[in-house]
Amino acid sequence: MTKVKSLAELKAMREKLQNSLDVREKSENPDSLVQVKVAMATCGIAAGAKQVMEHMMEKAEALKIPCVFTQTGCMGYCHAEPTIEVKVPGRDPLVFGHVDNNRADEILTKYVQNNELVEGIIPVNYATIDK
Amino acid sequence: MAKYKMHILVCGGTGCKSSNSPQIIENFKKQLEEKNLSNDVQVIKTGCFGFCEQGPIVKIMPDNTFYTRVKPEDVERIINEHIIKGRKVPDLLYTNPENKEHVSDSKHMDFYKKQIRIALRNCGFIDPENIDECISRGGYEALGKCLSEMTPEQVIAEMKASGLRGRGGAGFPTGLKWELCAKNKADQKYVICNADEGDPGAFMDRSILEGDPNSIIEAMAICGYAIGATKGLIYIRAEYPLAIDRLKIAISQAREYGLLGTDILGSGFDFDIELRYGAGAFVCGEETALIHSMEGMRGEPTLKPPFPAVSGYMGKPSNVNNVETFANVPVIITKGAQWFSSIGTEKSKGTKVFALAGQINNVGLIEVPMGITLREIIYEIGGGIKGGRKFKAVQTGGPSGGCLTEKHLDTPIDYESLMAAGSMMGSGGMVVMDETSCMVAIAKFYLEFTCEESCGKCTPCRVGNKRMCEILDKITKGNGTMKDIEDLRNLAAVIKDTALCGLGQTSPNPVLSTMDNFMDEYIEHVQDKKCRAGVCKSLMSYVIDKEACIGCGKCAKGCPADAISKTDYIAPGHKLPSMVIDSEKCIKCGACISGCKFGAISVK
Ligand SMILES: Cc1cc2nc3c(=O)[nH]c(=O)nc-3n(C[C@H](O)[C@H](O)[C@H](O)COP(=O)(O)O)c2cc1C
Ligand code: SF4
Ligand code: SF4
Ligand code: FES
Ligand code: FES
Repeated sequence: MTKVKSLAELKAMREKLQNSLDVREKSENPDSLVQVKVAMATCGIAAGAKQVMEHMMEKAEALKIPCVFTQTGCMGYCHAEPTIEVKVPGRDPLVFGHVDNNRADEILTKYVQNNELVEGIIPVNYATIDK
Repeated sequence: MAKYKMHILVCGGTGCKSSNSPQIIENFKKQLEEKNLSNDVQVIKTGCFGFCEQGPIVKIMPDNTFYTRVKPEDVERIINEHIIKGRKVPDLLYTNPENKEHVSDSKHMDFYKKQIRIALRNCGFIDPENIDECISRGGYEALGKCLSEMTPEQVIAEMKASGLRGRGGAGFPTGLKWELCAKNKADQKYVICNADEGDPGAFMDRSILEGDPNSIIEAMAICGYAIGATKGLIYIRAEYPLAIDRLKIAISQAREYGLLGTDILGSGFDFDIELRYGAGAFVCGEETALIHSMEGMRGEPTLKPPFPAVSGYMGKPSNVNNVETFANVPVIITKGAQWFSSIGTEKSKGTKVFALAGQINNVGLIEVPMGITLREIIYEIGGGIKGGRKFKAVQTGGPSGGCLTEKHLDTPIDYESLMAAGSMMGSGGMVVMDETSCMVAIAKFYLEFTCEESCGKCTPCRVGNKRMCEILDKITKGNGTMKDIEDLRNLAAVIKDTALCGLGQTSPNPVLSTMDNFMDEYIEHVQDKKCRAGVCKSLMSYVIDKEACIGCGKCAKGCPADAISKTDYIAPGHKLPSMVIDSEKCIKCGACISGCKFGAISVK
């Protein structure tokens, strides 16, 4: 291991390392971040939810949107998989269906960043899918 | 580098380790590998979460899911359900003791809601054996800030302004202590960390060292810079093997990064740390005894002055601080004295870690802001008294402290208010007692402990405590007199005034405080030969109600003392003669009472 020779070096090192603790740091106060829940039950995975989640994580990072991604079980919209729920601080959660990479990008750039509506919103009358 | 989507934190603290958490970690790693998930999910062994009684603890991030009492065989279910399908495993979730509902994540657990984690900030969050995790949380940046942007005087001024006081018991202002040591000129000075933790029931220092050893190393280096010392010593009891291991790992990693050693962070400042082991004597936690013990002499206290700041280890100026005190230091430097002093009460700033124990639903290690009330601790964080029984008292300050009662439930807790209530902060033991606790027996328990731990150097403590203990024993056996109660008070006053060190000076506190608050119980023991809590065995007798006894004889079979025999009385409606207990033979084990299906046996 090389020695850390100054405070500046130490800080640079932290920046480099910080990514590795991101998942934990963010979950400390999820309410101040954009929370994305991806339905990852059998049909969700079959419909490509895993791949979309990965794509969306990368995109969010590239856009520097602080997001926390969690997986949830079946949301009950098997017909519209992959489905995701997006909760932006200060707004009500929204559920989007048939999310592919393009729609995921749109959700981030239009809905999250500019509060514009995008296609694919599933009108819901559910409490939350916290369970 | 793999970009993990989920982190599985498994507690590797002493408590969970002893209930098989290493196997859990191994199972997770193996099964994630098998399922091809090891690039998506990271498994981290952390320090203590403070909820050891419910351990082993497994926490899943980012959703903060908090699994309790996890067994190695549960791993498969957690992976299949939670990790793969995103469905929490309900029966492993924490259950709210009141409404029996499963709580989905730690943010919704009463145990954590009121806590503010400063000293424990990294415990249960990072891998203590990996310095990188500490650095990515800003570790060692406070040291860097001190070395490159602050003079030693400025560091001391910041510490003074923060209002931090010693967490080892006495509550001496830390900044002032550093200043006194800094003023003394010497060719060598020492920074000493007191990790002796002798108070029975307290384990916060151990948890901090196990969960976040780097913070202590960093704080000691900061202290060294402030007072002008290049050597640090950690006095730790040999019974803390895991904490010792983690410290050793952290020290060697810090050396490799040049965060200990010469020319730290290019500042020209040198500092290094060595470990010293204690044999676990309570008195060796007293700073002068601790220093003598490190010098290879008997662990006996000596009179102060001279204070360690003037003449400490090897006769050189030394600064002794407790582990938890040190744990606060880097945060104060990083976030500023003003931030720290905004938490707490007028004279007690910041937080205190308590080891919450006793007859309470949630026991464990908690960190709460100074000024919180006992009611909040007991009924919110602690989830109330076990079995819905009635609260009686809380013992704080361990063998040096006293008890607080109903009337103190809404008093904001800080150093001053505890003193005023006849107790003290001590190292943060907090034992909650309900109506099944006998206050005379409690006083005796603590006094037996001090008798055992007295070093014997001075007479008041060596002989006085022994006499007090004998008197208490007499009272619990039903042979006490009112004169004995008076004698207890007089002895207590003499010991407090004349003992040499803090151990003796505070040892009568548990007796005095129980006498102040529960005199009626003392009098009952003496005059009515009665122990209302049913704890003092000599004052109890087991009796069989001859009308209710059906004569099945089950009690007699289970009695280890052969104290139960048949009578020749057959109660109306029964076929067999009822049984009777010979109180001379009975050893009061209670086996018969739990064995009798007809409720015929009771304690009088
Ligand atoms: C009998 C006795 C036992 C003590 N045990 C401890 C201990 O286990 N840990 C500790 O930090 N301080 C203990 N102390 C207090 C120390 O003497 C000393 O005040 C303390 O380590 C100073 O650190 P602080 O200012 O950070 O609290 C004990 C004191 C007495 C009188
Ligand atoms: S008070 Fe007790 S422990 Fe302290 S020096 Fe005297 S005998 Fe030893
Ligand atoms: S309390 Fe124990 S010793 Fe006494 S009678 Fe019952 S079983 Fe026997
Ligand atoms: S399994 Fe995916 S919505 Fe039902
Ligand atoms: S040791 Fe695991 S929670 Fe304390």
